[in-house]
Amino acid sequence: MDSTQSKQSVSDDLMILNMGPQHPSTHGVIRFIITGDGEVMQRAVPHVGYLHRGIEKLAEGMPYPSFVPFTDRVDYLAAMFANHGYALAVERLLGLEVPRRAEYLRVIVSELNRIASHLIGVGAMAMDIGAFTPFLHGIREREKLNDIIEELCGARLTYNYVRVGGVAFDIPAGLDRKILSFLDTFEPLMEEFNRLITVNEILVKRCANVAIIDAETAKSYGLVGPNLRGSGVDWDLRRDLPYSAYPEFDFKVCVGRGVRGTLGDAYDRFVVRVEEMMESVKILRQALAGIPEGDIMAKVPRKLKPPKGEAYAAVESARGELGYHVISDGKDKPYRVKIRAGSFTATSIIEHASKGLMIADLVVLIASLDVIAPEIDR
Amino acid sequence: MGDFFEYLKSEWSFASAHPELAFAILVIGYGILMIGFFAAFAGPVTWIERRVAGRMQCRIGPNRVGPQGFLQWLADGMKNFLKEDLIPNDADRILFRLAVYPVFAGVFLTFVVLPFGPWIVGADLDVGIVYLLAVTALVVTGIIMSGWASNSKWALLGGIRSAAQMVSYEVAAGMALLTAIIPGGSLSLQGIIEHQGGWPWQWLVFFSPATFVAFFVYFVASLAEGNRTPFDLPEAESELVSGYNTEYSGMRFLFFAFAEWGNLYVIGAVITAVFLGGWRIPGVDLATQTNNLWLQLLGAAIFIAKASILVSVTIWLRWTLPRLRVDQLMMMCWKYFVPIGIGLVVFSLVWQLVAAAVPTWVTGAVSVLLTLAGAALVAGMFWRAWYNIRSGKDTPVYKWLI
Repeated sequence: MDSTQSKQSVSDDLMILNMGPQHPSTHGVIRFIITGDGEVMQRAVPHVGYLHRGIEKLAEGMPYPSFVPFTDRVDYLAAMFANHGYALAVERLLGLEVPRRAEYLRVIVSELNRIASHLIGVGAMAMDIGAFTPFLHGIREREKLNDIIEELCGARLTYNYVRVGGVAFDIPAGLDRKILSFLDTFEPLMEEFNRLITVNEILVKRCANVAIIDAETAKSYGLVGPNLRGSGVDWDLRRDLPYSAYPEFDFKVCVGRGVRGTLGDAYDRFVVRVEEMMESVKILRQALAGIPEGDIMAKVPRKLKPPKGEAYAAVESARGELGYHVISDGKDKPYRVKIRAGSFTATSIIEHASKGLMIADLVVLIASLDVIAPEIDR
Repeated sequence: MGDFFEYLKSEWSFASAHPELAFAILVIGYGILMIGFFAAFAGPVTWIERRVAGRMQCRIGPNRVGPQGFLQWLADGMKNFLKEDLIPNDADRILFRLAVYPVFAGVFLTFVVLPFGPWIVGADLDVGIVYLLAVTALVVTGIIMSGWASNSKWALLGGIRSAAQMVSYEVAAGMALLTAIIPGGSLSLQGIIEHQGGWPWQWLVFFSPATFVAFFVYFVASLAEGNRTPFDLPEAESELVSGYNTEYSGMRFLFFAFAEWGNLYVIGAVITAVFLGGWRIPGVDLATQTNNLWLQLLGAAIFIAKASILVSVTIWLRWTLPRLRVDQLMMMCWKYFVPIGIGLVVFSLVWQLVAAAVPTWVTGAVSVLLTLAGAALVAGMFWRAWYNIRSGKDTPVYKWLI
């Protein structure tokens, strides 16, 4: 619905408020048209497209491997997943077998990246509720993760690490110990984080029973990842549609339980992310202990020319299912690449979920869905 | 002030020869002194707040201007004075320009009755507390004016939130103050301080269970009145961009910030005067302190120290707690604080009757017990902080990061 329609459909008693594209808590360049009676909203209509860079179209003009750096820009907070999903789709197209060491490395970087992304997710949510300190504690931990990944692949944000057929670099000597020492400090620090904010009564009051999304609605809007699990749907691609080395690890899929309010409220989504970080720590420990020797790159021809056909591959990104649909017409460039991003569907539910909320709750809703603007628009 | 003027007249022949002129000089001098104190308090407090926040958030904070960044507040002030004073299109230009004055005046006028010593006070009004409540209400006017005149819906929402919040919490704060006024026996701040003693168990906060609770009620309510976290909804950055002062820039913005930080001292000072014994020095009786100028200055230092401790508590709260929602804020006020306040007033009245009937050692014992309870509270807080520091130390350190 565009703004002209929404203007006609409201009576004069309601106030139309424009939130964004430059607003502190829209998490990027998104705009919301809020129709409301003072503080109470009737609905908030998201307007997306401010960050559309035509990444999918760009893919059609370049050889398969050249597109990997562009996928970094799909989700700059969790670029490993974006790399990984694309590589997985092209590998399926080619029928390529990836060495096990590379699969383990992919899992390790993915889980490190998941922790980094969730730290920003929960931290930014706390910040939107007014607690600035937990956010910076999260940033501090993420900085250490950035250092680790920088040592691994030379980049802190746009990694370009997972390539078609494997990964770009092997793990340098001593980095595994650094990762383990990070994990050793991370667990008590999460304990502190939880004491500081997760169980804080004001945060609980602000999030519990706010913006409830029940399981049916979540499914019908196509929510994925922590948002879907926050609504009580037990669905995780790592376990249910296994890829990479995930079947070899023992981890729990964290599902919302309505801990302090109703199932599917903002607090559940917050808690699911906090718990998922601890599960990632578990996976990382197992992966570092059991990483096999071997190649990190499969034998990939210099010029990739997949046979005619199409492939879809999805990874469980920090924001849920991040899927790549790649169609090949037999040439060295993809015929079409379609990216299915979790933030896009999460944005679409905002109009539905924001009915009757207050403006302060809209901020909580956006933050609890952990939407990120470049992933919405691509 | 009046007593001090009498003292001057007896000591200084010029003052006895030209009393009107001397009085004018004294009043203007005191006014300038207070503006200086206000600026010299509000400015460095911004620096302290940012340094404390930096420490709490594992950052450094401002450390470039002057030693340890101490002159940052002057640099910020200069920067804001040099900036363009922007008025948005279609804003109500007169109201927009006018709005900062009530805010600033509302905070600054409280210095008329805020005492520093038996003689060091602008005017010992008989209705000091009523005056205090009245002038702080001016702040609301200014904030609504700025919210309305900005021609911005975000600013308007901030202004309206602020109006609802400050007016509501004024009621709760008034009730809490009344609870202390009843045993204090005076509406004048000096009268209340003179009624208390220097030792903690002589303070009004520990006088009866009612005043003990009223202390907390007033502290929270005055945080809400001063728009401090967890009640900083009028300027909730993540929701309302910057609230009522969104459209302000330069000097006018500076005055809002100035008033806000100056208000921190006012919050601390009122609580100190009413609940925490004000400028009384432990072990020194009222007459001795009044007749000795040095003891008066020592009393002023004690007063400022007590207020500063409360200011640091508000800073610490700001960087720890999230923010409440509007309806939760209102619910807290009208469903809990106002009924509790009314209950406290009634309890306080009953306590007066009981205290008159029972022997004095009983009320004295209650005061000591309450003091111990307060000390236990503070000790528990420090123990908790120490525990957190210890548990952080036990975790492995990042040797490789350095």
